[in-house]
Amino acid sequence: MEEVIKTTCLHDRHVDLGALMSPFAGYDMPIQYKGITEEHNAVRHNVGVFDVSHMGEVRVKGADAEKFVNHIFVNDVTGAPDGQIFYGMMCYENGGTVDDLLVYKVNDNEFFLVINASNIDKDVAWIMQNTTGFDVEVTDESLYYGELAIQGPNAEDTIARIFDLPVKEIAFYNFKTLHVEGEDIIVSRTGYTGEDGFEIYASHEFTIRAWDKLMDAGVQPCGLGCRDTLRFEVGLPLYGDELSETISPIEASLSMFVKLDKPEFIGKDALAAQKANGVTRRIVGLQLEGNAIPRHGYPVEVNGQQVGEITTGYRSISTGLSVAMAMINKPYDKLGTEVEVRIRKKTFPAKVVKKRFYDKNYKK
Amino acid sequence: MAIFKDDVRYAESHEWVKLEGDVATIGISDYAQHALGDIVYVDMPEVGDEMAAGDVFGAVESVKAASDLICPVSGEVVEINEALEDAPESINADAFANWIIKVKVSDPAEVDALLDVAAYTQLCENE
Repeated sequence: MEEVIKTTCLHDRHVDLGALMSPFAGYDMPIQYKGITEEHNAVRHNVGVFDVSHMGEVRVKGADAEKFVNHIFVNDVTGAPDGQIFYGMMCYENGGTVDDLLVYKVNDNEFFLVINASNIDKDVAWIMQNTTGFDVEVTDESLYYGELAIQGPNAEDTIARIFDLPVKEIAFYNFKTLHVEGEDIIVSRTGYTGEDGFEIYASHEFTIRAWDKLMDAGVQPCGLGCRDTLRFEVGLPLYGDELSETISPIEASLSMFVKLDKPEFIGKDALAAQKANGVTRRIVGLQLEGNAIPRHGYPVEVNGQQVGEITTGYRSISTGLSVAMAMINKPYDKLGTEVEVRIRKKTFPAKVVKKRFYDKNYKK
Repeated sequence: MAIFKDDVRYAESHEWVKLEGDVATIGISDYAQHALGDIVYVDMPEVGDEMAAGDVFGAVESVKAASDLICPVSGEVVEINEALEDAPESINADAFANWIIKVKVSDPAEVDALLDVAAYTQLCENE
């Protein structure tokens, strides 16, 4: 049976702009408008807007909301101030990753979870099935919300100018719920690009009006193509590449988000064991000599033996270097280790480096 | 809109071929460069490599993805366009002027069997 492809509330706008459209996570999404390079550079050096309405939103409410979020989430939300946001993962008992997500703390009894579009059904089922014994109510609000990500060093000024919203008051990884044009919208200083920026969650009608205002003001529309190149350059993982049901946050080199000092959470025992005993493989950065481009799935070799594979690779738009994230067996994960990447019929020398190919430019 | 030149032949895999004497100049079509977007790397064979029609002779890579280059004719690679090593994006600017390889063909009839501009335009319209 062929699945019906879904569309966001801005689909007609993308088509009218002449975007190259392609299926992503079950949605017909814009990959690029003018070109990935131009859109990437707009976000690095000016401002760009992404339609990310395909993302999922889940609300958790109830007397046990904080306790429940701490149960399903590897980061620690205990006692956080209202308006704070946490990045982290939900894991299975065996440490594999259900999804990576943002958790917005509305108040002690209410949290707002932002999950990957490709995982909405799986995540909602997982969250629901783990509520036993907790006084919480879980609501999938993915169909209600549209979402825009406005990203780049000029994002703050652009939003303040076009929408007259008090975004300057919102600190990094914080959000405000604002009453605008007759509805509550959520505005957070977050993103997936390594640049300063904001994400706005609102009704479809508001999202369309906001998009039109941004277009009228000449803000560059940006597709999923450069969303990937931007997040990659600053070492952010993509579920399906650097995280999956079989890749734990420890293996993904994301242990800083796993709070093993919490009393309990799903997957804690497995992740604690991985941390204590070490893992057999982990995600590292690679830098290739020369211009050949490593791509997802290409083998990484030492002395002709495969020791890992590329999870994401590009010719970095910001630096011009051929770089990759790769899942590498120990002990070849050490910084400076010389490996070879197999690209079609040839191999190319590469070196293990930090998986941050471009410095983040957050306003903290 | 893509340009379809009428003094070359085309392969279904979107390479163009221009035969002069027994040397075929090969590049990718303007339609193909449009579809690929910003080209950032061209992987080329070595001079002296022997090709059979249908062999992969390299790849052209956009930011997003790598696409195999398929040799539409049989023969020996006699020249590669070294300028593409430093300026792969020149294919986006002019896909016909910026050829990729030249092959000394062993069977010129293979070129005649390729698509003419009308057939190739039709193929692209149906994609």
